[in-house]
Amino acid sequence: MADAVELPAYARSLGIVATGADEGGMPVLTVDFGPTVEGRPQHFHGGATAGLLENAGYAALRTALVTAGRDPQLKPINITVQYLAAGKSQASFAVGRITRLGRRNANVTVEAWQTDRSRPIATAVMNILMV
Amino acid sequence: MNTPATPRFDAREASKWFFRHGHTGWLGLRFTDQGDNWVELELPWREDLIGDSSRHVLASGPIISLMDMASGMAIWQTRGSFQPVATLDLRVDYQRPARERASVRGRVECYRITRSAAFVRGIAYDESPDDPVAHVAGCFMTIGADPREDNPALRGAMGHG
Repeated sequence: MADAVELPAYARSLGIVATGADEGGMPVLTVDFGPTVEGRPQHFHGGATAGLLENAGYAALRTALVTAGRDPQLKPINITVQYLAAGKSQASFAVGRITRLGRRNANVTVEAWQTDRSRPIATAVMNILMV
Repeated sequence: MNTPATPRFDAREASKWFFRHGHTGWLGLRFTDQGDNWVELELPWREDLIGDSSRHVLASGPIISLMDMASGMAIWQTRGSFQPVATLDLRVDYQRPARERASVRGRVECYRITRSAAFVRGIAYDESPDDPVAHVAGCFMTIGADPREDNPALRGAMGHG
């Protein structure tokens, strides 16, 4: 899994790291609360939450591709983020799930949460092109 | 009756304060332009914001942050007052990667606003608005009081109700 969760510069810079835990075989990523993710005072900025979701989505897809023995270049087609609850001043977590892995494209669903895994603060659906 | 005019929300003035702190300050967002119902911000190119180690191209994550912030400011610009909003839903359709080492600008308009909801659409581009990097669409809701109301740059420009 180590290769699959090699995070891009942006993610490392924002403070996103892999927890080492997984859910359904997909890596759980986390980011601590701090100035780099703060929007309105003491809350996550929606963009930072989206960044966490997106990186968890890519990490899930790369994990599935490694398992399938594939190594394509990934290109984003789109992302739709639903914000369900304010991200408070504590760590956030996210994990992706592959809804469909095709030959040329993948559909990935991602959930982010804080203290309670059953109460997501945001979800995302991503379509990703594989070339 | 002499009621003093309430200063209108001004994205240019508000930017001076918004982008000193937090996530948008870390990204280094800059104000570039505004209209009656739209705001344009710039996300400057930066090496540590790349999304793919093989190419010197800004990651998509910071572009979402850029568009989210430009959306909020377009809403305040349209309403004429600063009233905290929460993003309900934001969709980004990527048209092409940004150019290598290019800064990206996000221009968002608020095309519909009600007492509790606001709808936005916009583009992200590097060289020309006619050749966007991404299209975005979003829906926002107004929320409760925000401690930023103490901010002198926004004082008097707040929405009340």
